[in-house]
Amino acid sequence: MSAHTYNFAYLDEQTKRMIRRAILKAVAVPGYQVPFASREMPMPYGWGTGGVQVTAAVLGPNDVLKVIDQGSDDTTNAVSIRKFFAKTAGVRTTTRTAEASVIQTRHRIPERPLTEDQILVFQVPIPEPLRFLEPRETETRRMHALADYGVMHVKLYEDIARHGHIATTYAYPVKVDDRYIMDPSPTPKFDNPKMNDCAALQLFGAGREKRIYAIPPYTKVVSLDFEDHPFETYRHNAPCALCGATDSFLDEVVTDDRGGRMFVCSDSDYCEARRSAQRTTTEGTKTQERVKPAETEADNG
Amino acid sequence: MAENEQPLLVADGLTRWYGRQLGCRDVSLELFEGEVLAVVGESGSGKSTLLHLLAGQLAPSAGLVRYRMRDGVTRDLAALSEAERRFLARTDWGYVQQDAALGLRMAVSAGGNIGERLMAVGWRHYGRIRGAAESWLDRVEIDPARIDEAPSNYSGGMRQRLQIARNLVTQPRLVFMDEPTGGLDVSVQARLLDLLRRLVQDLGLAVVIVTHDLAVARLLSHRIMVMKGGEVIETGLTDQVLDDPREAYTQLLVSSVLPV
Repeated sequence: MSAHTYNFAYLDEQTKRMIRRAILKAVAVPGYQVPFASREMPMPYGWGTGGVQVTAAVLGPNDVLKVIDQGSDDTTNAVSIRKFFAKTAGVRTTTRTAEASVIQTRHRIPERPLTEDQILVFQVPIPEPLRFLEPRETETRRMHALADYGVMHVKLYEDIARHGHIATTYAYPVKVDDRYIMDPSPTPKFDNPKMNDCAALQLFGAGREKRIYAIPPYTKVVSLDFEDHPFETYRHNAPCALCGATDSFLDEVVTDDRGGRMFVCSDSDYCEARRSAQRTTTEGTKTQERVKPAETEADNG
Repeated sequence: MAENEQPLLVADGLTRWYGRQLGCRDVSLELFEGEVLAVVGESGSGKSTLLHLLAGQLAPSAGLVRYRMRDGVTRDLAALSEAERRFLARTDWGYVQQDAALGLRMAVSAGGNIGERLMAVGWRHYGRIRGAAESWLDRVEIDPARIDEAPSNYSGGMRQRLQIARNLVTQPRLVFMDEPTGGLDVSVQARLLDLLRRLVQDLGLAVVIVTHDLAVARLLSHRIMVMKGGEVIETGLTDQVLDDPREAYTQLLVSSVLPV
């Protein structure tokens, strides 16, 4: 039930219209960062103010919302944003990827393939992929306009020169629709291939930096690389300790102070679904306690 | 020197005002392939303004600059789109700054600095980019083993040589140099000049070099332009102008070189 003091989904209608216009433009020009008049939200910058505004603008009364943080539905950030919309919009929330129509995420793209009926909203801390190479905003805008992207490979070159391989593991730059270079937020590069030709609409909101960008459904997204150092995903070489998955992205969980550790699926819903399927097939198997993934570092959009 | 060819770079009546302040007035010149032109004069004489105008980094208040592109067509720089101008500047041109920190990415390794232009024109093979960077380090007399060091670790002379390598890696035909030996001590200057002279000769580069040091002009250039108060007061063959200056100001300039 929605609280009477708030407009539906917290933001006023004019603001939502403004954000929707920015989203439409972003969808029309895939990968282009559209400036928008980002509002103050009742949470600090770095906690997903951009994603929350995008979600508020696309949410309808019949939507079902899922919020994930580091792949998990039960971390602080995810829980509080889910509660926020349950209270201000009165929408149904879920932790199941398959049931959700809008999914707001901090890093991960769910393991379960998304469908055409779903929208994935990313919280973005730093939308500008060229930022660390070129500090001037006027210059980076010009570089995007002219597709002047040589410097992007310099970063990857430096990685190989220093580490022997491309050591960028998250926020790995991609080229969208053969035109714009885009920063896929702090998403691990494991998820980059999922962005390519994805059935769902992917929206990116950066609240502090006041930018929205998008990947429309079925758009070509290519991770940058070198011919002799091709793009590779990284995954800990272990099955999930809870569900045994060998294809999912893993979190490393330290279990004691003597070097004990375990690897578990970062996507809690995926892990849960696999385990309940195993429970129903093998009767009488002991169910394990779900282990909470490691606490996450602070900064996200 | 090029025989019976079109000039590479032509400037016609270049004038630049900074508000009511004159940068330079009515400068015309022609530069041929393989030719080195020195622009000399004291501080504030308009040398750097002229260089910026020629390199398309500054729009002239009047006059125009034409350049013969690699396809042989001579085009007005002002008529190029910005994308074309940038492409030209990073392929067919070089620009060596006085302060190497402006011309280099100080936080990026030497290899990355040299490779940047190659990557910008579409090189996507790490091994080949690195190979090219190594061979260029060698050519500018930097130990290729230091390829992964950032230029902040380099001495002033090495930074300047690295900057030259970074500019020459795409085999430009025209290089602009703004006081390339400024701020270096004399022995380092001599080594840099020696290197520059050899590279210019080997590669057949056309160069516009701005300097207040007449010795640099004497060593490197074929022709010289003397500027004063924003105007060109004397031009000619370098040896001729320096040995037998016509204008009183040039005579003053030549005579003020300290004899050793």
